[in-house]
Amino acid sequence: MKFSIAAKRIMFLIVVIGIWQFIYSLNIFEAIVFPSPITVATALYEGFTSGDLVKALGASFKHLLFGMSLAILFGTIIGVILGKSKQADETAGMYLIALQSIPSIVWVPLAIMLFGFTEFSVIFVVVLGGTFVMAINVRSAIQNVSPQLIRAAKTMGTQGLRLFYRVEVPAGIPYFMTGIRLAWAFSWRALMAGELLSNGPGLGYSLSYAQDYARMDQVIGIIIIIGVIGAIVDHFVFSKLEHTVMKRWGLLR
Amino acid sequence: MLLKLQNVGKTFIDKQKHTSFEVFSDIDLTIAENQFVSILGPSGCGKSTLLSMVAGLENTTEGSITLEKREIKKPGPDRGMVFQQPSLFPWLDVKGNVTFPLKKSMNKQQAELEADYFLKLVQLSKFKHHYIYELSGGMQQRVAIARALAMNPKVLLMDEPFGALDEQTRHILQDKLLEIWQQTKKTILFVTHSIHEAIKLSDRIIVMGTRPGRIISDITIDFPRPRDRENQQVITLEKKIMNLLKTEINKVLKEELADEIQHSS
Ligand SMILES: Nc1ncnc2c1ncn2[C@@H]1O[C@H](COP(=O)(O)OP(=O)(O)O)[C@@H](O)[C@H]1O
Ligand SMILES: [Mg+2]
Repeated sequence: MKFSIAAKRIMFLIVVIGIWQFIYSLNIFEAIVFPSPITVATALYEGFTSGDLVKALGASFKHLLFGMSLAILFGTIIGVILGKSKQADETAGMYLIALQSIPSIVWVPLAIMLFGFTEFSVIFVVVLGGTFVMAINVRSAIQNVSPQLIRAAKTMGTQGLRLFYRVEVPAGIPYFMTGIRLAWAFSWRALMAGELLSNGPGLGYSLSYAQDYARMDQVIGIIIIIGVIGAIVDHFVFSKLEHTVMKRWGLLR
Repeated sequence: MLLKLQNVGKTFIDKQKHTSFEVFSDIDLTIAENQFVSILGPSGCGKSTLLSMVAGLENTTEGSITLEKREIKKPGPDRGMVFQQPSLFPWLDVKGNVTFPLKKSMNKQQAELEADYFLKLVQLSKFKHHYIYELSGGMQQRVAIARALAMNPKVLLMDEPFGALDEQTRHILQDKLLEIWQQTKKTILFVTHSIHEAIKLSDRIIVMGTRPGRIISDITIDFPRPRDRENQQVITLEKKIMNLLKTEINKVLKEELADEIQHSS
């Protein structure tokens, strides 16, 4: 039998929910640690209708927007400097990998000590989460411009700054796109880490709040929201964008 | 005299390994306006290097290259270059690629008129809004030719421009290039390793030898085009060049073989 991809995914989901419901109805676990799908759905519904979750989502997206914009900006500046100057790259390039390998949750205590339990702390963590991966990709973008394209541009009398913004920048767009996509992925994780330990508002804060009140239905509901948003943004925004760029740049066939 | 190479030599220096490699020396060559000149030679003899030096992409280590008495120091729009790979910008459409070199010297409208003219010349008017990935190799190379011509260069430099194309496309583009050359009266310096291509196209063939790279023969072709493969004059000339190159190619093979024996013993 042949099903469309969407049909397969929906069937898989129904099966998972079915198993969940089945285990719930066996009554092995207490309802408080193992809520039914319907309880979770109700918790989500109530969260949205009361406006609590809407507010939390709004705050989270605000943090993300500020944090990611700054991460992209800083990452691009660092990446261009390291990509353009061999000297700078030899001096500081290694540390970029080191910084990138630090999990963002590690920055949370630092942020709280510096800025207290403020929204600024959350944004700070988001910025650190996205900057380094962006910088690494922008550096690659600059370093991997095809020398043949540069030669061709030079024979047309293009040089210096013009060569940079008319050839090197557009030639690096595919790496740049990958950088933004990864910056989003890392910033999104950093955002949750930051908010979890913040004083709200935000989705991460709502999650820790639900935990404090032992509301497993809300905890699961929010985890679902976080996963769904991650998947939707990646699939509908970044994958599509990256695909379009890759195709245009002749990197797909 | 338009283009003049005097005692030109090129040595590549590897700073890390402290070695140097002389590609050629004492190249003397004078090319007149409107001439179609081919440079023919075995691979590795320095054809691309020589052309890059005329383009200004490589510096000369000895001698001088002058275009209309002005010494060539860096690339410039008075010399258009077509490479073996089309080297087009994928983020621009066909028209954008052709107007790319014009942005500095003319306004948008003028640039577009120029582009339209040259795209018509290479018969790609219908594709001006297409992106590069949508074009075949032959079409891409035609865009590259239109782009180089649109700058209105004094010399058109072509480095094995049809080398990566299939036989049939290559023949069509060779005919097209001759047509364009006759229409635009450009001076063309054309690098190839195909004897037949050189004979079919050129007024003059510079035959290069290798190890060290040098000019071994300067042949003026004075019989008319089109030059059919079966034409007796073509066959005679082809044989003559073949013999010239045979010694060169054998030399390369012998050296490589000697190297091989040395390394394996
Ligand atoms: N940038 C470079 N550095 C060192 N050696 C080079 C460089 N470019 C070309 N060469 C050498 O110069 C010789 C001539 O190369 P090239 O001009 O590409 O030959 P052709 O185009 O005739 O095949 C070759 O032996 C090649 O290895
Ligand atoms: Mg070559």
